[in-house]
Amino acid sequence: MVTIGDNHHEEAANDRVMFGFWVYLMTDLLMFAVLFAVYAVLQGNSLGGPSGGELFSLHLALAETLILLTSSFTCGLGMIAARMGNKKQVLTWFGVTFILGLSFLGLELREFSSLIHEGHTISSNAFLSSFFTLVGTHGLHITSGLLWMAIVMVFVVRRGLNQHMVRKLAMLSLFWHFLDIVWIFIFTVVYLRAFV
Amino acid sequence: MKEFLIGKLNLEALPHEWFTIGGTVAFIALALLVIIVLTRTKRWKWLWDEWLTSVDPKKIGIMYFIVAGVMLLRGGLDALMIWLQQALSSGSSHGYLSSDHFQQIFTAHGNIMVFFVAMAFIFGLINYIVPLQIGARDLASPFLNTLGFWLFVAGVIMVNMFFVFGGQYAATGWLAVAPLSGTQFSPGVGVDYWIWSLQISGIGTTLGAINFIMTILKMRAPGMTLRKMPLFTWGSLCSMVMAATVFPLLTATLFLMFFDRYFGAHFFTTELGGNAMMYTNLIWMWGHPEVYILMLPSFGVFSEVVSTFSRKRIASYMSNVLGMIGVSLFALSVWLHHFFTMGSSADVNAFFGVMTMIIAIPTAVLVFTWIATMHKGRIRFTTPMLWFLGFIGTFSIGGMAGVILAVPPADFQLHNSLFLVAHFHTMVIGGVLFGIFAGLTYWFPKIAGFRLNERIGRYAFWCWLSGFLLAFTPLYVLGIMGATRRLDHYDASTGYQPLFIVSLIGGLVIAAGVVLQIVQIIASVIQRKQLMDTTGDPWDGRSLEWSVASRPPSYNFTVIPQVTSRDAYWDVKQLGTLKTAYEDILVPKNTASGIYISAFAFLVGFGFVWHIVWLVVVGMIGIIACVIARTFDEHTEYTLSAAEVKKAEEAREKKTAVARVHKSLAIGEEMGLWEFIVIVVKWALDILKNKRWRTW
Repeated sequence: MVTIGDNHHEEAANDRVMFGFWVYLMTDLLMFAVLFAVYAVLQGNSLGGPSGGELFSLHLALAETLILLTSSFTCGLGMIAARMGNKKQVLTWFGVTFILGLSFLGLELREFSSLIHEGHTISSNAFLSSFFTLVGTHGLHITSGLLWMAIVMVFVVRRGLNQHMVRKLAMLSLFWHFLDIVWIFIFTVVYLRAFV
Repeated sequence: MKEFLIGKLNLEALPHEWFTIGGTVAFIALALLVIIVLTRTKRWKWLWDEWLTSVDPKKIGIMYFIVAGVMLLRGGLDALMIWLQQALSSGSSHGYLSSDHFQQIFTAHGNIMVFFVAMAFIFGLINYIVPLQIGARDLASPFLNTLGFWLFVAGVIMVNMFFVFGGQYAATGWLAVAPLSGTQFSPGVGVDYWIWSLQISGIGTTLGAINFIMTILKMRAPGMTLRKMPLFTWGSLCSMVMAATVFPLLTATLFLMFFDRYFGAHFFTTELGGNAMMYTNLIWMWGHPEVYILMLPSFGVFSEVVSTFSRKRIASYMSNVLGMIGVSLFALSVWLHHFFTMGSSADVNAFFGVMTMIIAIPTAVLVFTWIATMHKGRIRFTTPMLWFLGFIGTFSIGGMAGVILAVPPADFQLHNSLFLVAHFHTMVIGGVLFGIFAGLTYWFPKIAGFRLNERIGRYAFWCWLSGFLLAFTPLYVLGIMGATRRLDHYDASTGYQPLFIVSLIGGLVIAAGVVLQIVQIIASVIQRKQLMDTTGDPWDGRSLEWSVASRPPSYNFTVIPQVTSRDAYWDVKQLGTLKTAYEDILVPKNTASGIYISAFAFLVGFGFVWHIVWLVVVGMIGIIACVIARTFDEHTEYTLSAAEVKKAEEAREKKTAVARVHKSLAIGEEMGLWEFIVIVVKWALDILKNKRWRTW
């Protein structure tokens, strides 16, 4: 079993970095808060264009939600494996997480491209501007999370599960769960509300 | 093809107006001078190794000071140009600036003073002093610190870039009011430069704030509980928590405006459902707390100064801390007082009006703790103390003007008038800037190793204070007379001109103060042997930064101190000296990653300003590559062995002993202005007579 931090110095550094990462996540959350507020203000301003209820597919959004929630679960399993020091399981579970994340991203891109194809773009009206920005920002975060995951996995293969890698994985999983929570709010505020 | 390669850039973008040509020539000349000096003295490698790539918060702090100082001159020049135009441009005279130029200068002055002067000085002070005050050897993340600094530098370059490419800056006010800042009304690149200079430096600020929060909360010396923390550190903590809270709002808002301008989105436009007042709301949700982000560290400085120079511990420490926390909390719920005229309901206006008045209470608590500290203290009237006393007066005036502005019916009259401008400058000059000057003078011996000249410092202070009153008191009157802000021309019948002229004279007196400050620094360098601080504790200080040598070693403390009380060092001095035992120290390695990442970030911003897509892509790939390379580097520290530390400490002891001898030999007064002029003239004559320049 690998313990994080063999000595006092490492432990203190670990504690600091994880705390700092939490603070960073809170700053990121505040950015999302702005985008949510903007969406709440502008969602009615479609100016004769179709509203959310006419544009969105609830099935697609539900599928995205389930995929992302599952990926959070597999990410958690991967983290347990990391704490146990089981490299093979880490790679398996984070691999599954990666594939789920990628399929989430694929579905989202499909939704965006079909909307844009039908002529509903970011410049159509204020409602669509705020929709694309809010959901797109989340998608961008997912993309960077996937990139990060791929790179950490490459380094885990090359360097093994040393304490630096476990710390990186811990931060990554925090980030991933954070994006999951943000998505729950997007699912509720954007998609579910559009059909109320 | 051309559009792909250089986007919207064209020959028109090169400087062709007198003020951009002037700016470009000045910048190029300055750059050439620096390059020549560095090459002649063979200092490039030294500069890169010792300074630019350094992760030592003390060196980064000094670099912040240098950039901020240069930007203070640049922003001050803008201010003088504004004053001159307003003094001239009455009736049939239209001054020497076109109204468009005037608005650009106005915007640039505001941006530069807030982001690249005040913020930079504050970050410099926090960088240098906080680790020393809390008994830490470094910041929590040395890398984030250098990255934050270099992102700030990229922002500084971006804000001055319009001189070279584009020839125009935003003419939209320092917060780029929407919808004026949209492409419909501002089609040029000025607003884009504004967006990207703030975006890049703002992200640096967020990272810096996270870093300082980590440092202060996790790296204090053993025994230093939050209730024993020095007050400057408390002010910095409050300020940085606020920065981490509101700078993400700025980042998000700037992105929305960027989407409006670049992708044709409709967040803040006047068509297709956009909501311009939402921009005003969002930007002030950041903008108002920003003022307090600047103010709180200054409050901290004053607490340190007043307690040291009254030779007393601060009166009611807990009230002071709670006052700062109260200010930080209330500051988050007052933003709407910037636009009572928006037309919200009376209830909304009343809520924000009342909140704004309530914030005066914790602020007044702070003022009373300082006054109570002076009560029955043995006060020494040094220059930091003078800045503090000047601050108490101006700050109270400005605060009361603020309470007037907080009353919605009164605000309907005063909104956007020069009364507001006067209030704002009273707070930012009299509050923030005086605090910065007090702090810089107070900690100068720690930073440079020698004290600043007190005599010339006093002259500078009196120039600043009287100049400030002369410049801004007329603005209160003008505001009540109906003069609005951003006024580039007014009718002669308004009777504004005499007051504007008085204001200009005040501006010139302030400029004299700035010149005197420069003279003060040069004079102190000349007499540095005499002003040398050989004890590390020139003011008989109370907190831990005075327990180490002036200039502190790169690792700050040979032994991490054990803290038992609030005035940690004062008690040590009463009880006896610290013991020394050498130990191995882990030191972070220098890194250039911050420079590379910021350079790529600059390319991204520049690419977006001019619609050069390939440059944006290159920049982004560069950023990602550098971040990966840095974060997966596991060898970022090295060990300084106890023997090496011992050697360094002993070498310093020897040097200090020599300095002590020099100091005792150098008798005589601190030089005054006259002696300074005599020395400079003699030096110049000597060069001329002996043709010294030939040997250079």
